[in-house]
Amino acid sequence: MLIEVKNLTKSFGTGEVETKVLHGVSFAIDKGEFLSFMGPSGSGKSTLMHILGFLDRPSGGTYLFNGKDVKNFSDDALALMRNAKVGFVFQAFYLLPRTTVFENVRLPLLYAGQSLQNTDDQVAQAIKAVGLAHRAQYYSNQLSGGEKQRVAIARALVRDPDIIFADEPTGNLDSKSGIGIMRILQNLNNEGKTIVLVTHETYTSEHGKRIMKLYDGHITEDIPVKKRRFAQEETTLK
Amino acid sequence: MKFFINTLQLAMRVLSARKGRAMLTILGMMIGIASYIIIMSVGAGAQSLIVNQITSVGSNLIAVLPGASDEAGPPAQVFGITVTTLTYEDGVAIQHSPAAPYVVAVASYVKSVEEVSWEGNTIDTSLTGTTSDYPIVEGAYIAGGRFISSDEEKNLARVAVLGKTAADNLFGETDPLNRYIRIKRERFQVIGVMQPQGVTGFQNQDDQIFIPLRTAQRLLLGINHVSFMRIKATDASLLPLSVEQIRLILRDRHDIRAGEPDDFSIRNQLQALDILTSVTNAIRNFLAAIGGIALLVGGIGIMNIMLVSVMERVHEIGLRKAVGARRIHILLQFLIETSLIALMGGVVGIIAGSFVSVLFAFIANYLGYDWDFVLSLRSLTIAVIISLATGLFFGFYPAWRASKMNPIEALRYA
Repeated sequence: MLIEVKNLTKSFGTGEVETKVLHGVSFAIDKGEFLSFMGPSGSGKSTLMHILGFLDRPSGGTYLFNGKDVKNFSDDALALMRNAKVGFVFQAFYLLPRTTVFENVRLPLLYAGQSLQNTDDQVAQAIKAVGLAHRAQYYSNQLSGGEKQRVAIARALVRDPDIIFADEPTGNLDSKSGIGIMRILQNLNNEGKTIVLVTHETYTSEHGKRIMKLYDGHITEDIPVKKRRFAQEETTLK
Repeated sequence: MKFFINTLQLAMRVLSARKGRAMLTILGMMIGIASYIIIMSVGAGAQSLIVNQITSVGSNLIAVLPGASDEAGPPAQVFGITVTTLTYEDGVAIQHSPAAPYVVAVASYVKSVEEVSWEGNTIDTSLTGTTSDYPIVEGAYIAGGRFISSDEEKNLARVAVLGKTAADNLFGETDPLNRYIRIKRERFQVIGVMQPQGVTGFQNQDDQIFIPLRTAQRLLLGINHVSFMRIKATDASLLPLSVEQIRLILRDRHDIRAGEPDDFSIRNQLQALDILTSVTNAIRNFLAAIGGIALLVGGIGIMNIMLVSVMERVHEIGLRKAVGARRIHILLQFLIETSLIALMGGVVGIIAGSFVSVLFAFIANYLGYDWDFVLSLRSLTIAVIISLATGLFFGFYPAWRASKMNPIEALRYA
């Protein structure tokens, strides 16, 4: 069991203006899963992802990562978890401007604390894994949207994390680039990487193995995908 | 280490991407540091000029002035009162008294401004009646001929020694030696011309004519007192002792009883030096405070720019945190960036300040002042440290703000 949450709650604000975003959700994620969080905006899926990805803290309930309760982790400890254990792919890519593909992908290694030998190899491998070896020395602003997202995936991969969180990774892309991104995510999953995909599109979510539907901070459905879509067999996303 | 090198590269890239803004920030810093350098350098130059003025006549000098030394008020001469208590004979007595063994030479002076002419050429110049020890006391040299002898000093000889400027003004190309000039209605034979002495004590020493003291007193001015005396002691360390010895001789000669105040005052050169040094130091400190204000403004400029820079890069900060940057990493990133700006400003400021200081020294020398270009390694080091410290001080708040941002809020910041 990679992730186990019990009765997880999250609310923003305090007192009268307190807004409850998550109303006690419980579930587990195994190693090697490809799970889609599905729901409209405001359903709490992004908030849930942020908590699972150590970007935010829950208001209540327990969160066990690899069996360890993360409740009392300090800010620096959470930063270390984000650095080593998880990788993020965001809708808006968030690549550093005026910086090469290579340097963008290397970024997590700079914060890794210990001096890593042969980081260049690691970086090159991650770039190769997303098929951008020929673009390694390009600047991030010289890339297309699809290429940018692939750089973001390489950056998420570079420290070989236990799990990758992809928050609407195809949201800013045309459908052709989008399917390329889904292909890469499915390939990674085939190689054993655990993946959590956050999306509001049913179609996109069906590339996962399991769909968890959220609505108003509750899990309304948690089922395996009956007819899984394989990006390899598709030409466009839709 | 890798983090540092990378962050430094990043900071340089950020700065070069926003050249115009970086330039303006650097300019602010530059002005502060440049004014510091100018103040230190020009201040040191001015101080050395003033000190040189005094030490060029020797630091082992004692001045004796007529009239009581009243610490609480100005000397009587200021009010037009002529004090006549000091005489030529006092000087002679001091020079020969066994009670003042460290006295090397005594020069007495009377001063006046007179019309001097040679072959229809008339000038107004300072007239100094003095004694034969003048060259020893003042460290002055004869360029041609000789100075007034001790015999001439005693027997009312009508001889004159010309300062360089006075000689040029009066004679032009002609050699003045052994020619006769007219001072008031008396004829004087020129027996010597002085080497240029330049400006000391803020007075042009070359535009004057020297005649024997007693000749000046009797023939030209009709007085019996001297304006002041200057006495050279063997060594600067013996000044306080010699001052005391001279005081006793003069009190005895002037019949001043115990308990009554002196009718003369004695100053030594070291005191004057001390006073002048403390005055110039005060001026320097005042200027340094103004430079500090310039630096403060520059620092606030840095803070301003860094705050803008932080707000512009909120997404970047969020992303960096999302991939594992800790607070210290973000803090250091922005501190390194400000330090870089501040250091650049510091270096440019040092260059600009040095340039202005050299220019200043050049102009001062051109105008005839003995001005040294002084730029110590110490003030350079301090300038670098100040610029770095200013950058760090004013850059800390923006960097701290960046470091404590919540990663999600930063990523979502619109």
